Amino acid sequence: MPRLIELVNIVKDFSQNRVLDNINLYINQNEFLTLLGPSGCGKTTTLRIIGGFEQPTGGDLLFNGESILHTPPHKRQLNTVFQRYALFPNMNVAENIAFGLKIKKVDRTSIKEKVQDMLKLVNLVGFENRSVTSLSGGQQQRVAIARALVCKPEVLLLDEPLGALDLKLRKEMQVELKNMQQQLGITFVYVTHDQEEALTMSDTIAVMNEGRILQIGTPEDIYNEPKSAFVANFIGESNIIPGTMLEDRRVSFAGTVFECVDKGFEEDEPVDIVVRPEDVRITSKDAGALVGEVKHVTFKGVHYEMRINTGGFTWKVQSTVQSPAGSIVGITVAPDLIHVMQKSAPVREVNAL
Amino acid sequence: MTSYNANMMAVLKRLYMGLILFFMYAPIAVLIIFSFNASRSRGTWEGFTLDWYIRLLNDQHTQRALRNTVLIAIFSTIFATAIGTVAAIGIDKLKKRSRTAIMLVSRVPVMMPDVIIGISLMMLFLFVFRTLGVGSLGFGTMLLAHVIFNVPYVILSVTPKLRQLDPNLYEAALDLGSNPLRAFVQVILPELWPGVVTGAMLAFTMSVDDFMVSFFTTSPGVQNLSIRIFSMTRRGVDPSINALSTIIFVVVMIMLILINRRDRRLIHKNAEDD
Ligand SMILES: Nc1ncnc2c1ncn2[C@@H]1O[C@H](COP(=O)(O)OP(=O)(O)OP(=O)(O)O)[C@@H](O)[C@H]1O
Ligand SMILES: [Mg+2]
Repeated sequence: MPRLIELVNIVKDFSQNRVLDNINLYINQNEFLTLLGPSGCGKTTTLRIIGGFEQPTGGDLLFNGESILHTPPHKRQLNTVFQRYALFPNMNVAENIAFGLKIKKVDRTSIKEKVQDMLKLVNLVGFENRSVTSLSGGQQQRVAIARALVCKPEVLLLDEPLGALDLKLRKEMQVELKNMQQQLGITFVYVTHDQEEALTMSDTIAVMNEGRILQIGTPEDIYNEPKSAFVANFIGESNIIPGTMLEDRRVSFAGTVFECVDKGFEEDEPVDIVVRPEDVRITSKDAGALVGEVKHVTFKGVHYEMRINTGGFTWKVQSTVQSPAGSIVGITVAPDLIHVMQKSAPVREVNAL
Repeated sequence: MTSYNANMMAVLKRLYMGLILFFMYAPIAVLIIFSFNASRSRGTWEGFTLDWYIRLLNDQHTQRALRNTVLIAIFSTIFATAIGTVAAIGIDKLKKRSRTAIMLVSRVPVMMPDVIIGISLMMLFLFVFRTLGVGSLGFGTMLLAHVIFNVPYVILSVTPKLRQLDPNLYEAALDLGSNPLRAFVQVILPELWPGVVTGAMLAFTMSVDDFMVSFFTTSPGVQNLSIRIFSMTRRGVDPSINALSTIIFVVVMIMLILINRRDRRLIHKNAEDD
């Protein structure tokens, strides 16, 4: 697949403050790439650099192999859905959507047609003459999406476009957006801090923290093979336990030696063990590798979430079967569900400057 | 007892307000009434007449002064509005510290006594003329002076609108392919427009209203209405002065009421939007 956009060693400082630290990323044609990370990690800034609204302090930005660092935003072949919509308040819904087409000097009848198509797509037929300030947050967001999509850009940049929607509408729009992306064949660069959203929609996820990309991969890769404790913890819930790698396929943590599938560590290397809550199996007292007491139980709809204390460590455990609080149970983890990670270098030290 | 006290307080408050307003407006009321007095005397009422207004309108000097006032008000408003709006945008783009400093500096002329502005502008103009060896006070300098003292009013009314502006709006317009000029005209300016109009109306009012600055920055041959009134009083008192003052008062009053109603409407509108 051809690389459409490429970020090369992008660095961004805001008055001495390093906000992006050496970002390297490429985005393929027709790819749905998501930048995922906690608030303030630099997602919006990355998107703004791609859109041309912010100049990086260092590095290069390639579009189809050519640097576009010096191309002004209105000449870049991409459109943006802004985090706070940025609809034009002096124009109604139809005029907002038609704005980009008018600039391209599309004739009036086809503008009308295209606006109608878009309204159908975002489910806002009949809203054409409404003032945008009278719309709900979700409706405004959909107008913003329509306004950007109507220009048929090669790339669409979306900054938390579903942030203001309620859960049900958000799920619907996730499906809608994904469908649009596939039908129209547009490359999406999508920003969110919602890991579930990232997992369901993306072809590729780039997990960011404190201005750096920690891991890039498919949703399955990122979820199943997180490369660091941060990623593991950010993508879904995790039990993260300090441990020691005794030898290949044998690791010791929580006071017990477990079999695992990882190898290639040094002998007795200190490591972090990551175990997903749904991968912890509850057994009878005698059958478990560890024994602990159920501290409390929360009903989560599809499953129960339990805290089980095994002396020194409290496990998050998810199961469809409830073990009552106070009961003593055994727990085990299958070898291939134990993820061993190198102790990650403390992330903060870089920001000391 | 308490309610009695409260009533008393309310009555006193009203009385006090009434008194203040009375002292403020009584002279103007007298002025207006006597502009319709058939007698030359300023003490006795001898019936209604429009003679003074007619005489005024037939007076060549007054006609010219009226024309000057109107022209200067219109042109100084146009220039000051354009300059002030651009300046406000420039100031808004500055870093916080320099922005505060410049806002302070631009507020100073608003609070400075007119005499000082007038005299200092006069000295500046004379100095420039002397160094250049050409030029003299007159219509041009008066117009320039009005533009100068009007710019801060425009800046002060446009700035709040800039504050409310969503910083992404301009970027969104660029993003959709619009060039910077078009983005400004079609997206930013409509947002600033209420502030621009308020600023223009203030500038127009200030210009019509001004005496001091005009007095110092023009030559005796070029008068505006307020200077005309002043020179008439020096030649002896005549009720057409009352008529002229009444006209200026009415114009300024109407402008102020318009500005006020606009402001209130805008506040209501903003409240609804939020
Ligand atoms: N114009 C700016 N001037 C100074 N600092 C800025 C500016 N824009 C962003 N920052 C800082 O850069 C960092 C990253 O900001 P950014 O908006 O990219 O975060 P984000 O990942 O989009 O967060 P969120 O999920 O909250 O939107 C933050 O610490 C922010 O305070
Ligand atoms: Mg953001």
